Amino acid sequence: MMYSEKVMDHFANPRNVGEIENADGIGEIGNAKCGDIMKMYLKIDNGTITDAKFKTFGCGAAVATSSMATELIKGKSIEDALKLTNDAVVEALDGLPAVKIHCSVLAEQAVRSALSDYYTRQGIDPLPIVGEIHIPEE
Amino acid sequence: MERKRFIYADNAATTAVSDEVLSAMMPYFRTAYGNASSIYELGRNAQRDIEIAREKVAKAIGADPIEIIFTSCGSESDNWAIKGTAEQMAKKGKKHIITSVIEHHAVLHTTEYLEKQGFEVTYIPVDDKGLINPEDVRKAIREDTALVTIMYANNEIGTIQPIDEIAAICKENKVLFHTDAVQAVGHVEIDVHKQGIDMLSLSGHKIHAQKGIGALYIRKGVVLPSLIHGGGQERRKRAGTENVPAIVGLGTAMEIACSNIAEKAAIVTEKRNRIIDGLLTIPYTRLNGDREKRLPGNINISFEGIEGESLLLMLDMFGICASSGSACTSGSLDPSHVLLSIGLKHEIAHGSLRLSIEENLTDEDVDYILETVPVVADRLRAMSPVWEKMMKGESYE
Repeated sequence: MMYSEKVMDHFANPRNVGEIENADGIGEIGNAKCGDIMKMYLKIDNGTITDAKFKTFGCGAAVATSSMATELIKGKSIEDALKLTNDAVVEALDGLPAVKIHCSVLAEQAVRSALSDYYTRQGIDPLPIVGEIHIPEE
Repeated sequence: MERKRFIYADNAATTAVSDEVLSAMMPYFRTAYGNASSIYELGRNAQRDIEIAREKVAKAIGADPIEIIFTSCGSESDNWAIKGTAEQMAKKGKKHIITSVIEHHAVLHTTEYLEKQGFEVTYIPVDDKGLINPEDVRKAIREDTALVTIMYANNEIGTIQPIDEIAAICKENKVLFHTDAVQAVGHVEIDVHKQGIDMLSLSGHKIHAQKGIGALYIRKGVVLPSLIHGGGQERRKRAGTENVPAIVGLGTAMEIACSNIAEKAAIVTEKRNRIIDGLLTIPYTRLNGDREKRLPGNINISFEGIEGESLLLMLDMFGICASSGSACTSGSLDPSHVLLSIGLKHEIAHGSLRLSIEENLTDEDVDYILETVPVVADRLRAMSPVWEKMMKGESYE
């Protein structure tokens, strides 16, 4: 199984690791039993994601996709962040081994889960905007 | 890069071909390249040298040369011993096989295949130390039991099974006994005749021979159907032109590996214990597998809050080659069946680290491992939401 140089770079030097105090949205996805958990923190200002941080328990691909997903949504509007697909994460990482594609889905869903939490905190029903959160099957 | 040293601590995966083995093999590529079936001297010499290698392999495990058949690897030996015995015994109406839950996949996937062919298989459990109770084997034996196959030493947690007792129980009940000794050969004293072992699988690349050579010991009187039909090689049991350099290399490797086992074991055990004790000072770790009945070079530690593949990748960045029982390293959803069978929860089994060392590991290497692993563990835990929850006293299930 081969990881691209980009994946290895994002694993070795993950961007945006950590927590955001007083985050506006926090999402968590996956479970320890399956070996992957991603937790994502967002700071949102006027509909723009001004900061994103993550914590991940998982394999190299799980760390790299979390790192890349936070990079891809930072500075973006919520609308754009909601358009983030796992494919875009995979592409930005120069590909992932087939058995690791589910990690990119986790990253995508972690972002949505954090946005869902943001709307809930605003007293807005997230379902019509964000949709259902899916946990990928491997 | 953070690599300050290169440490190969994955000898249970494979080993480097040793200088002695390589020199022993070299002539057979370009000067002594004859086909062992040829009548002229070049061929006769090859035949002679294969037989010398066979004697060395036999002597190393207390067998007679005629009881050794060269194969391509440990998995082939396991497959042949199990499927061959199954085929033979089915003719007598015996279609029950006993094995254990912690076998290598070369055994487990073979018995699963046989289940689909109508055989019944009993999987003997292990205790929380990874050991089989021989009495469980006795209880599992039936009138129609064709074979008992139990590994000598486990590849992941290094536990050494009570082979003598199991062999004795099999003999008492007139059931054939095979053991996958791929991890044990060269690290544990083996005497197949004294121990009452009927069949034993071994592999070359775990003991500094090349990849692609193994052997199956088949006790005189045990009949297996031919594995490969063709020429008269390997007593017609496994046809095909012999891989002379690899066979000669295996002979040399076995001779060396089995010549000073006790001496090597004493050295390696001391280093292993230093590493185990050192790593266990890291909070929320546990040793997997029995501490005493364990291969001298095996270390298997679980780190809570850490996933194994990340651990391996980061250790690699620091120049340490190791292995894990995490699902991510196996390509499946479930972590190692061995770690689950000793009662580890999934999330803890995901975070296991196996180091398999040999006597060439220096004290400085041990120091480096003990300095590096805590740093890596800290780094991964710092970004782990599981660890965060654990520290807050919350459940992460």
